Amino acid sequence: MKSSNALWKKQLDGKMPEELAREIDIFEAEIALRKQGKLEERLFAETRLRRGAYGQRYDNGQRNDGQKVQKLNFPSGDFTKGPNTMWDAPGMQRIKVPAGGLNAAQLETIAELAEEYSDGIAHVTTRQDFQLHYIHIDDTPSLMRRLAAVNITTREACGNSVRNVTACPYAGVCTDESFDVTPYARALSRFLLGHPDCQNFGRKFKPAFSGCAQHACGLTSLHDLGLIAKTRVNETTGREELGFEMYVGGGLGAVPYHAKLLDSFVPPEELLPLTQSIARVFARLGEKKNRNRARIKFLIQDLGIEKFRELVFEERKTLPFDSRWAEYIRQARSEFQELPLKEAPRNGTVDASLVTIGDLNGASENFKRWMKFNNRPQRQPGYVTVTIALPLGDITANQLRSLADIVRRFTRETIRTTVEQNFVIRWVSKTDLPELYAALAAAGLAEVGAGALVDVTSCPGTDTCKLGISSSRGLAAELRRQVSEKSFQSDQAVQNLHIKISGCFNSCGQHHVADLGFYGVSRKIAGHAVPHFQVVLGGQWEHNAASYGLPVAAVPSKNIPQVVTRLTNRYVADRKNGETFKDFVKRTGKTELKNMLEDLTRPAAGDTSIFSDWGDPREYTLGDMGEGECAGEVVSAVDFGLAAAERELFEAQLAFEKGEVDQAGKFAYRSMLTAARALVRAEDQDVSNDPDQIVSEFRRRYYETKVFFDPFAGGKFAGYLFAAHEKSGQPYSEESSRYLIDEAQLFIDAAHSCSNRLGNLVAV
Amino acid sequence: MRSILEEETTVELQHINVKLILKGSENLNLDSVIPVFHSWIQDQIFDELLLDVADYRHVKHGPGLILIGHEADYSLDNTDGLLGVRYNRKAPLLGTNFDRLIQATRSALLACQRLEADKQLNRKLYFNGQDVQLIINDRLLAPNTEMTRQAAAPDFNRLAAKIFRQAELSYSTDPRRLLSAHIRSSQPFSTGELLSNLQA
Repeated sequence: MKSSNALWKKQLDGKMPEELAREIDIFEAEIALRKQGKLEERLFAETRLRRGAYGQRYDNGQRNDGQKVQKLNFPSGDFTKGPNTMWDAPGMQRIKVPAGGLNAAQLETIAELAEEYSDGIAHVTTRQDFQLHYIHIDDTPSLMRRLAAVNITTREACGNSVRNVTACPYAGVCTDESFDVTPYARALSRFLLGHPDCQNFGRKFKPAFSGCAQHACGLTSLHDLGLIAKTRVNETTGREELGFEMYVGGGLGAVPYHAKLLDSFVPPEELLPLTQSIARVFARLGEKKNRNRARIKFLIQDLGIEKFRELVFEERKTLPFDSRWAEYIRQARSEFQELPLKEAPRNGTVDASLVTIGDLNGASENFKRWMKFNNRPQRQPGYVTVTIALPLGDITANQLRSLADIVRRFTRETIRTTVEQNFVIRWVSKTDLPELYAALAAAGLAEVGAGALVDVTSCPGTDTCKLGISSSRGLAAELRRQVSEKSFQSDQAVQNLHIKISGCFNSCGQHHVADLGFYGVSRKIAGHAVPHFQVVLGGQWEHNAASYGLPVAAVPSKNIPQVVTRLTNRYVADRKNGETFKDFVKRTGKTELKNMLEDLTRPAAGDTSIFSDWGDPREYTLGDMGEGECAGEVVSAVDFGLAAAERELFEAQLAFEKGEVDQAGKFAYRSMLTAARALVRAEDQDVSNDPDQIVSEFRRRYYETKVFFDPFAGGKFAGYLFAAHEKSGQPYSEESSRYLIDEAQLFIDAAHSCSNRLGNLVAV
Repeated sequence: MRSILEEETTVELQHINVKLILKGSENLNLDSVIPVFHSWIQDQIFDELLLDVADYRHVKHGPGLILIGHEADYSLDNTDGLLGVRYNRKAPLLGTNFDRLIQATRSALLACQRLEADKQLNRKLYFNGQDVQLIINDRLLAPNTEMTRQAAAPDFNRLAAKIFRQAELSYSTDPRRLLSAHIRSSQPFSTGELLSNLQA
């Protein structure tokens, strides 16, 4: 769409890390191939998902406009970017932020992208990512290049891959953590990005780090891989050693699972190889056909944790050595360092006289509330972290630029996103708090109540998600409005409750771990579909999301604010000896809670407002739901390898057209090797990139066994590879290059046929 | 940012945004605009494909209420605390820079005129008659530099003269922000008058 799309590559040439630049070139070539009909939609869908380019609601080309189902006549017609996904339909771009860590230049870049490609808003997710909505697929390579120029990748932000590695945003400054997990999260993220052992999962895989067991910040219990920092004293040396409790198989979704302990103490040098071993076991044995049972939690459930553990440690024993295991940890430890910009106040406390800003601008109550809810002391005396509460996780482009200015002015650009869809600025000198507050207030970023009742978390829901059933953001906005002032005047116990909302049972809003959780469902009333939310009570946010809530009743969306009021009032009235909301729910019991809400499950007589959802006047319908892309299609490593070969051949053709015949010949030869390697990897995932080894293994496994043989042409196409390999050292003429391009195409076609005959779609 | 086009003396104006600042906006309740935008989708009232409505009123000085389209978005935009009807052209346009400015301005005016006349809004939403912002939403084609501002100025001035006859232009000079000009007329005009002036 953007007129400048063709120019960004040249503009940023040499400014992007080579690996990221190459990766984006590949994606751009895949877009071109798809447009030429040379890449099938299923494969293109997974490849774009693995670059974080996701579908969005109505991308099947139709939308219920409240009166009728309207066909959306996009200029590209019915051309698709995935099964039933129109090319021109707006999509979502997810941007990975490992451990939530950002600098000012990155904030500024995200601001620019939000403005130029999206709708002016950047959205912070419950996994510390950013999401931009309403993005055209044609704009994504430019967008990705601009991110790469500030060292951000979108690679594997979606799809059946290792998603963003999250970590506690207070790591390194928390008062009671074991140690700073940040370098380890960064090392693991770097190691797993694009790792061959992570390319053949049946579903996504989400890792999370926490510096302690007692707080919520890491949410390790609900992750596929959870790592909690631990220390122990070595009995021989008497020295303190660092390590991790390693958990596997947690997850939310319709039925939440708690992660199980795999190893009680994993030393740093074992973190990467043991994770790699888990990935290999998951890739090998995890479900591929039925995506509803393809997360690692189901594999662990089926095998049992003991058997799974046994398999992982067996895998570890035979894992080929990789020097990066130690190197990445070492580098991350030495490179990651955070220091304050300003000196701490000598007495280590805030001078009460500093708290005068509110008197100056008439906002003293807000400032006091902000001091209470949005600040937290660091381990380092004299410093605090400041939380910026983002309404519904949203921030404008101008606010992002202001934030960049603020973190430069008060810190050494130490800022992180949080799983509560907020930002945390670290290393703020206490003496700077009044000035910082003033700067944030000027930017509209001084919302009070971070982490409190008013700080409602929500997934996108029906606003943009294809799976959304009810308007989670609409409800969140309404609850914010209704509880914002009330919550600060209510009982302290109520102020600290958490509300989390998901638009459907898939739990992206993490409703299971909230005190008051809601997830979208629909019910029929008087012959009409009516948006509802299932009320889930008493989940536990603390202790890394230690327990999940209890579903109580489905209530029409429009009655949910009354549910919140009624439950919080009852909690305040009945609370015994400072009991938590979780304990109150347990003590009260499901029957009584259900009775309490019984009348709210039915609409008031004559109330027709229930037939539409919050913020959307259209009559509610489920007709706009589409197929989710969370899981993506299951595409085997063989298919990916063959797609890569096609793309390399495409590059050969481009080079040939430009008259670069020698380069064209080299690309064509490489494409044959890539296709051959894809087949070999189906049997031996450790095959190297060495051409001799690839050809030798291909000959042994596919040629000598005649597995590769075409029913009519026999081994002819394999012969093309062998001949090309023999001549690979020689320069290519125009003629030889042209022949080789044709032969490479035939060889790749034969590899596809072979793969299809073997049924390599799922099993590797 | 230094654009690869910067050495040239011309600038290509694409992805033009035109924002018409509203009168008495502090008293406007935008809830009633949501069904109006939905009705525009139902009737597909413009040549451009209209898709959905996004509500960002919860963020301060943000994009407000957006009617998302394929070729363009229409919004009640509150950026910088100035509420206005904004047209954001996303798909490239043919013609000269001036042709594109005319097209985007006409689209913004037509949308504003519709809102002004909509009975559901009780005739509470009006253009203030004097303030129009032009924003070029592409930093590579049009970085916010002195050179680009100079290159764009003749077309901006020509547009200002065409719609308002007499007006002053001022520019945002923050290099991080999009190239933008604020046109302020010395006397007020209605949207209908401005549309007539555009056609003249």
